Amino acid sequence: MTVIFDGIASGLLLFLISVGLSVTLGLMNFVNLAHGSFAMLGGYVCVVLLNRLGVPFLAALPIVAIVSALVGVALERTLYRRLYGASDLDQVLFSIGLVFMSISIAHYFFGAQQQPLQLPAMLSGQFNLPGLDVGVYRLFLIVIGLAIAVGLQWMIAGTRFGAQLRAAVDNPRTARGLGIDVDRVFVLTFALGSALAGLGGALGVEMLGLDPEFPVKYIVYFLIVVAVGGSGNIKGSLYASLIIGICDVAGKYYIPQVGAFVIYAVMVVTLIFRPQGLFGRTAAK
Amino acid sequence: MKTLKTSLIAGAIAFATFGAHAADPVRIGLVLPMTGPFAAYGKQISNGVKLYLATKGDTFGGRKVEIIVKDDSPGTAGDVSKRLSQELVVKDKVDILAGFGLTPAAFASAPVATEARKPMVVMNAATSAITTKSNYIVRSSHTLPQDTAPIASWAAKNKIRKVFTLVADFGPGHDAEGQFKKTFTAAGGEIVGEVRSPVKNPDFAPFLQKIKDTRPDAVFLFLPPGAETIAFMKGFTERGLGQAGIKLIATGDLPDEDILDAMGDSALGLTTSFHYSEAHKSPENKAYTEAYYKAYPKDRPNYMSVAGYDGMHLIAEVLKKTNGNTDGDKFVEAAKGMSWVSPRGKISIDPATRDIVQTVYIRKTEKLAGKLQNVEFDQVADFKDPGKQ
Amino acid sequence: MTTTTLAGFDPAPLQRQARWQHAEYAFWLLPAAAYFAFGDQLALLSQIAITALFALSLDLILGYAGIVSLGHAAFFGMGAYTAGLMATHGWNEPLAGLAGAAVIAALAGFVTSFLVLRGSDLTRLMVTLGVALMLFELANKLTSITGGVDGLQGIEMKPILGQFAFDLYGKTAFIYATLVLFVLFWLARRIVHSPFGLGLRGIHLNMARMPALGTPVNARLVGIYTVGAAYAGIAGALLTQTTQFVSIDVLSFPRSAELLLILVLGGTGSLYGALIGTVVFMTAHHLLSGINPQYWQFWLGALLVLVVLFARDGVMGGLRALARRLPGAAK
Repeated sequence: MTVIFDGIASGLLLFLISVGLSVTLGLMNFVNLAHGSFAMLGGYVCVVLLNRLGVPFLAALPIVAIVSALVGVALERTLYRRLYGASDLDQVLFSIGLVFMSISIAHYFFGAQQQPLQLPAMLSGQFNLPGLDVGVYRLFLIVIGLAIAVGLQWMIAGTRFGAQLRAAVDNPRTARGLGIDVDRVFVLTFALGSALAGLGGALGVEMLGLDPEFPVKYIVYFLIVVAVGGSGNIKGSLYASLIIGICDVAGKYYIPQVGAFVIYAVMVVTLIFRPQGLFGRTAAK
Repeated sequence: MKTLKTSLIAGAIAFATFGAHAADPVRIGLVLPMTGPFAAYGKQISNGVKLYLATKGDTFGGRKVEIIVKDDSPGTAGDVSKRLSQELVVKDKVDILAGFGLTPAAFASAPVATEARKPMVVMNAATSAITTKSNYIVRSSHTLPQDTAPIASWAAKNKIRKVFTLVADFGPGHDAEGQFKKTFTAAGGEIVGEVRSPVKNPDFAPFLQKIKDTRPDAVFLFLPPGAETIAFMKGFTERGLGQAGIKLIATGDLPDEDILDAMGDSALGLTTSFHYSEAHKSPENKAYTEAYYKAYPKDRPNYMSVAGYDGMHLIAEVLKKTNGNTDGDKFVEAAKGMSWVSPRGKISIDPATRDIVQTVYIRKTEKLAGKLQNVEFDQVADFKDPGKQ
Repeated sequence: MTTTTLAGFDPAPLQRQARWQHAEYAFWLLPAAAYFAFGDQLALLSQIAITALFALSLDLILGYAGIVSLGHAAFFGMGAYTAGLMATHGWNEPLAGLAGAAVIAALAGFVTSFLVLRGSDLTRLMVTLGVALMLFELANKLTSITGGVDGLQGIEMKPILGQFAFDLYGKTAFIYATLVLFVLFWLARRIVHSPFGLGLRGIHLNMARMPALGTPVNARLVGIYTVGAAYAGIAGALLTQTTQFVSIDVLSFPRSAELLLILVLGGTGSLYGALIGTVVFMTAHHLLSGINPQYWQFWLGALLVLVVLFARDGVMGGLRALARRLPGAAK
């Protein structure tokens, strides 16, 4: 039982750190490999707020999201928007360039060492139910992750903004013709993606650590989640994260010898049988 | 302090100008990971090197010292490290190669030292066999078995009977596991479980759960320092393994000063064996740590910085002995058997293996004056690398 | 691009394209010039030549067949380990090592090519990445054979053809690597201008249409993927032989990712883009990290961003745009 619980928590952690990418890559079709840089930004903002300014953890999270969103908007206005029409490969080159720069910037201001983060007492520790040990922070991650997933899914599928976004991505010209302010839709969506990335980074510090290499170290995980989930929807990312998390934890618990292979094997096998991902929109480019 | 320093430098300069053929500077090439996943290694070692030059003067054996740093990031790519060593020798014409954060860098560069007949001072890479790869290698840091065996014998002596080993699944992890098992079972202990975790492993939940279900007396842990160790320690506390009476023992690179603060209070009570602690009580260390904080207020002195510092001391003493002659054979001959008091305690260079001999301490992680420190309470004096026997 | 000529019946433009041009002859004089101009930097130059070959191998599959790979280091690493293990087991004639590496990598390429026949770019990226990462973990698991993260040591190479021994200055290494690069480049150029290569370009441009023209799409893709893998394997073997060491890093994700960067920076689908991208990237890396060992990544990143903003399709794309603007200079 505990193994399953841990797997779910581990999966939702994956979901949280990669959901921002599901938005920028999955919804906007921008190969934003600098996603991890936004996550790192969120992590550092969180650490500064907590350790230097004494802001409580829960209060810091919304600030983190806002700061990340603002930085996202600034970059979108100055740089990203010029590349919406560029090829995937140019986007890769561009966003990796940003990653390199962000690594150096973080290194310059914070040094190469791991950053400390002390959780409030109410979020640490564990309580025991019969046959199940529940880590409080893990439970917290599960709750937040599910809330974000449900909220996003509703926003994309159920609101006017979501419909505009899908229209703007699929065919910007027609969308413009229909009176949709494509520019505004993209800025807002990008801000949302950045905010989620920052939030994921801040929530991940406790378990993933935080140093200037963060954007590179976890890039593989972000991509796995989005690829397995299938681009273009949040539900897919959530299910993909859960499957990977549970397989990973169970694999390591029962057969630790192959622990390192599980996550990659799950990905490759999934993609062989479902090249568009679990819930891929076949219409996506 | 300051007057002493200036007078030392003044004296050195006077000596230098007095020397007959003292014109050429000694060029020392440092191959270190300055960026990438092991950037912290490069930072600490170069901190130590620079600190030595700043406090003890930058003239060795009558010759001025010039340092050239090359970033061999990622540090694990032997081809890159070797190319840089080659370049230092061929293009920058260095007299001495030094640094080497990780084992592959040292292994790949060893043939360069041999072929060019240049001394090579290894300042961190800890695999036992490194010094056997070239007759020009001298090590100023430590070896992995050297730091591992003492915790195993300490555990066996202190009522720890059943141990679960968890090591990262890579070369150094296998070495640590092997050495621990060997020493511990020879002393009558029993290994009740062993796991090799993937090197990149963001979540230790499954392994921690397994340990909890096995209920050993202690867990022996070896992970590369970084995010993984923090994740493990936090998980260990979160799951209440400590309260369940399970002790955590490891080599001291786990609660290394550089990441100790990031581990937070979850590191309290950890027992480790290691050759250096910031909290080591000696006048030499007091002077060292004070100078370190003055020069690098944002960092904490750790074992890597001390290895860089001692490596420079070794070079300085050797050149004093050879009157500034950096010839590989003469250098190594002079280095053999050299002994001095480092910030970590008394150390020496084994004449047979050119490897370091030093005291390994058993320490407990505690809070001293609001700061996490590894406090030494037991020791194995003048301990040679058991990996070479 | 000049691909519009594909639709025409006149083969003359194609033949003209296949012929060597003056600029190309000039380009290949550069390595010789570099040998004399930077005689104390031959270690770096030979690694540039090796990386250029590696980039060339990726260009064959990405630039000509449109298969994006983020796991090309898998073949590079297999070649490196093959050459290394052959040498440690007493088979240390360099050319035999290259051949062995090419065969093993080609086999691996052939087998895995079936995984990348379909799917979107992202899917292919992730499948190749997954395969490479598993191979990395495997090499790490088999520490007793590969040396794991500590690296495979004890590689001693015989002199090439029994004549030319590897030296500290890297003279032999550089000439050897450059010659291999040149020969394989020449071969690659033949391949892409052959009917086989033209068919590939057609597939790249319009996957749905080529079967109608009678081109066996899958067979072509499998073929080029295998060739690309063999090339990468040879590059890996060269690295092993010239450094006499194999670190597990040859299989790592950063190595694949950096390669993709290099190729995109240079420009895909022209073969020369791969070479120029390598020279630009590695020289920039070398100079910047020499000037500022700690924060060079910032400037390298800035360079990449600037290239994308001002020159689409990499350096080659920028050069082409420049050539178009200069009247009369266009070919």
